[in-house]
Amino acid sequence: MSAGKSFWDMDELRLVIGAMVILSGATGVLVVLPYQLLENVKPPAGLKPYTNEQLVGRQTYIANGCVYCHSQQPRDIKQAPDFARGWGRASVAGDYAYDTPHLLGTMRTGPDLLNIGARQPSKDWHLGHLYQPRAYTPGSIMPPYPHLFEIRKGQAQVDDTVVNLPPAFAKPGEVVVAKPEALALVAYLLALDRTYPALPPLPKTANSAEAAKQKR
Amino acid sequence: MDLTVGILLGTFVLSVLALFFFIWSMAKGLFGYGESAATVIFASNELGIVEDPAATARQQGELQQAMDPLAASRDSMTAAQIETRSRADQSTSLAVGVCLTLAVVWLVLASFAGLISSIKLHAPDWWVRYDWLTFGRIRPIHLSMVAYGWCSLGGIGVALWLIPRLLKTELVGAKYALVGGALWSIGVFAGTVAIGTGHSDGLEWLEFPWQIDILLVIGGALVGFPLWLTLLQRKVEHLYVSVWYIGAGLLWFPILFLIANWPGLHFGVQQATMNWWFGHNVLGLWFTPLGLAAAYYFIPKVIGKPIHSYNLSLLGFWSLAFFYSQVGGHHLIGGPVPSWLITISIVQSMMMVIPVFAVAVNQHMTVLGNFRALIYSPTLRFVVLGAMMYTAASVQGSLEALRSVNTVTHFTHYTVAHAHLGLYGFFSMVMFGSVYFIMPRVMNWEWPFPRLISLHFWLALVGFSIYFIWLSIGGWLQGLAMLDEKTPFMQSVALTLPYLQARSIGGGLMTLGHLVFAAHFFAMGWKFGPKRLGAALLEPSMLLRLTRKKVAA
Repeated sequence: MSAGKSFWDMDELRLVIGAMVILSGATGVLVVLPYQLLENVKPPAGLKPYTNEQLVGRQTYIANGCVYCHSQQPRDIKQAPDFARGWGRASVAGDYAYDTPHLLGTMRTGPDLLNIGARQPSKDWHLGHLYQPRAYTPGSIMPPYPHLFEIRKGQAQVDDTVVNLPPAFAKPGEVVVAKPEALALVAYLLALDRTYPALPPLPKTANSAEAAKQKR
Repeated sequence: MDLTVGILLGTFVLSVLALFFFIWSMAKGLFGYGESAATVIFASNELGIVEDPAATARQQGELQQAMDPLAASRDSMTAAQIETRSRADQSTSLAVGVCLTLAVVWLVLASFAGLISSIKLHAPDWWVRYDWLTFGRIRPIHLSMVAYGWCSLGGIGVALWLIPRLLKTELVGAKYALVGGALWSIGVFAGTVAIGTGHSDGLEWLEFPWQIDILLVIGGALVGFPLWLTLLQRKVEHLYVSVWYIGAGLLWFPILFLIANWPGLHFGVQQATMNWWFGHNVLGLWFTPLGLAAAYYFIPKVIGKPIHSYNLSLLGFWSLAFFYSQVGGHHLIGGPVPSWLITISIVQSMMMVIPVFAVAVNQHMTVLGNFRALIYSPTLRFVVLGAMMYTAASVQGSLEALRSVNTVTHFTHYTVAHAHLGLYGFFSMVMFGSVYFIMPRVMNWEWPFPRLISLHFWLALVGFSIYFIWLSIGGWLQGLAMLDEKTPFMQSVALTLPYLQARSIGGGLMTLGHLVFAAHFFAMGWKFGPKRLGAALLEPSMLLRLTRKKVAA
């Protein structure tokens, strides 16, 4: 760095200022702007907050990395046949009002789960499926989660939740008992149900104003 | 739709105009850089002299003959210049040695985590006894070890080594870098344990709990500190393009990581946009700058010829920073986010063609006509292959951002293959080459078994080709199957199985290559192998005497 150069001749300054301006621009567009736009999104009327057990189940979902194979974002019917597969309508920002951290996902090694609670409401099915997916879905490549269950020799105790496996997968003299984490996870999966309408019905006055606008 | 097309066209026209203005102003010399800036990495009389410490004495001689036989007969550097460079290299050796050693350890661990994840996808009932080995934990462990262990520490090590060479002075504050690298590695270890025990934050690329992230933020800032201290001592007029990349990268990463991990700040869908702002910026503003900085140094340095166009390299730098920083939204195409955000990201993804073109023209034109150098220089073989993969990965990435292509490839293994083309094909290959160049300087010892370098190269190349080609095909077919309403979902799973198995074979070969690399690395660390001309070769004067003898003969 020789003396007598003007401010802008210094490469370091250009580097620091340029790099920071560009980064703030990108942060503004992709982080700050969405923050301001989405800050005031209200949860839709049909969406209930998670219960404590469901939140514990959500943590189990996170801890076991379900998100690496399952998305939670059905796409629009114009883009993909997600609706036809029974995965639900295209989701909107309000559907995730209680979802922090977000679990939108980037893979569909398995199906989308945003509406799995509506699609498959059986607790027994979910428990058995978590214990051994291939007992319910032949050809599935989902891992089994034996650490969410306990194997008991002989009889189950009174307050145990016994997993009812299909006969071909049940071992004689053994019962499979769901641990609290498994029960919480299933409670969360059953709460994944965004089948309510995404938008509230339009009030009458607004409706007619809209119609008038369209006529013009 | 019309508005979208309008925005797309408007931005495109504007950017092209800006590009023409930039080229015109360069031609007019408005930017003040002559092409002389490209020679800043050479000593005053060093042009034409090859340098590859990874090459054997014979290879070096042949490399020199192939590149510039006449230059071999003249003195390249004065004693003072040799002294300066030698001191520059020595000032970094401890910090660089530590960072690269940790990086290699992470590479081996990460490879096994990746291989286990890969096998588990086609053999789901294999090794299910331990919860920390379940796919949903070992896969993010693989990613974190690769990204924050191998790639980051490798990139930091290479950057630290390059800084004094680029600024022609000694590294100031190496101890900050040493502490920073150590903190960083402790952070990666703790983060991996957190994922394994089920304490992930739940966001891809950001799994480490925020308490552990503090270590990485402080570590990253400490590692960047010596750069700024050394800049104040620099003995060069122009900052070579690699310095721009390294400086910006070291500045960007701690900020990105801090904002992304700030506890309690992000929510719901906003967090998703933030997640991919980070997820893509960690590639574009952290790994890519470090990888390109290394490629921009080693390619010209090995062959002894300056890069094709210095001004083009700066155009590449600024346009990369501008466009790359805004592409993250393309990970959410079809998702519940504002459509303008996605459109901006798609446009900028397409505009990435400009920086990629700038880098591609520059690096490939530099190599063009000098391809024989690849036969003799182990460093160049890795780095040039990496540079080619950079072009390929970038063009592929731009295309994948198009809505029509993305609709097929999103949510499939195709994206996984693409990610590996970037982080393995490009970044890791450049790092391998850089480590082969740097370590003889750090250890003052030659690579003991040169054949192992070739073995590593071929295992990595063949393994990765199998990995990439088959997984891309499988992912594309998976995407088509999912888009067809009449095809049952389970068919999209079943059809990927042979491709997933092929991926495990490719991944196995890659892992084997890494074991060879690591074994060789540690063999050198313990100074195995014959003491050949060895360390003496590291002095350029000795090299010259050797090549001169060859010419005389």
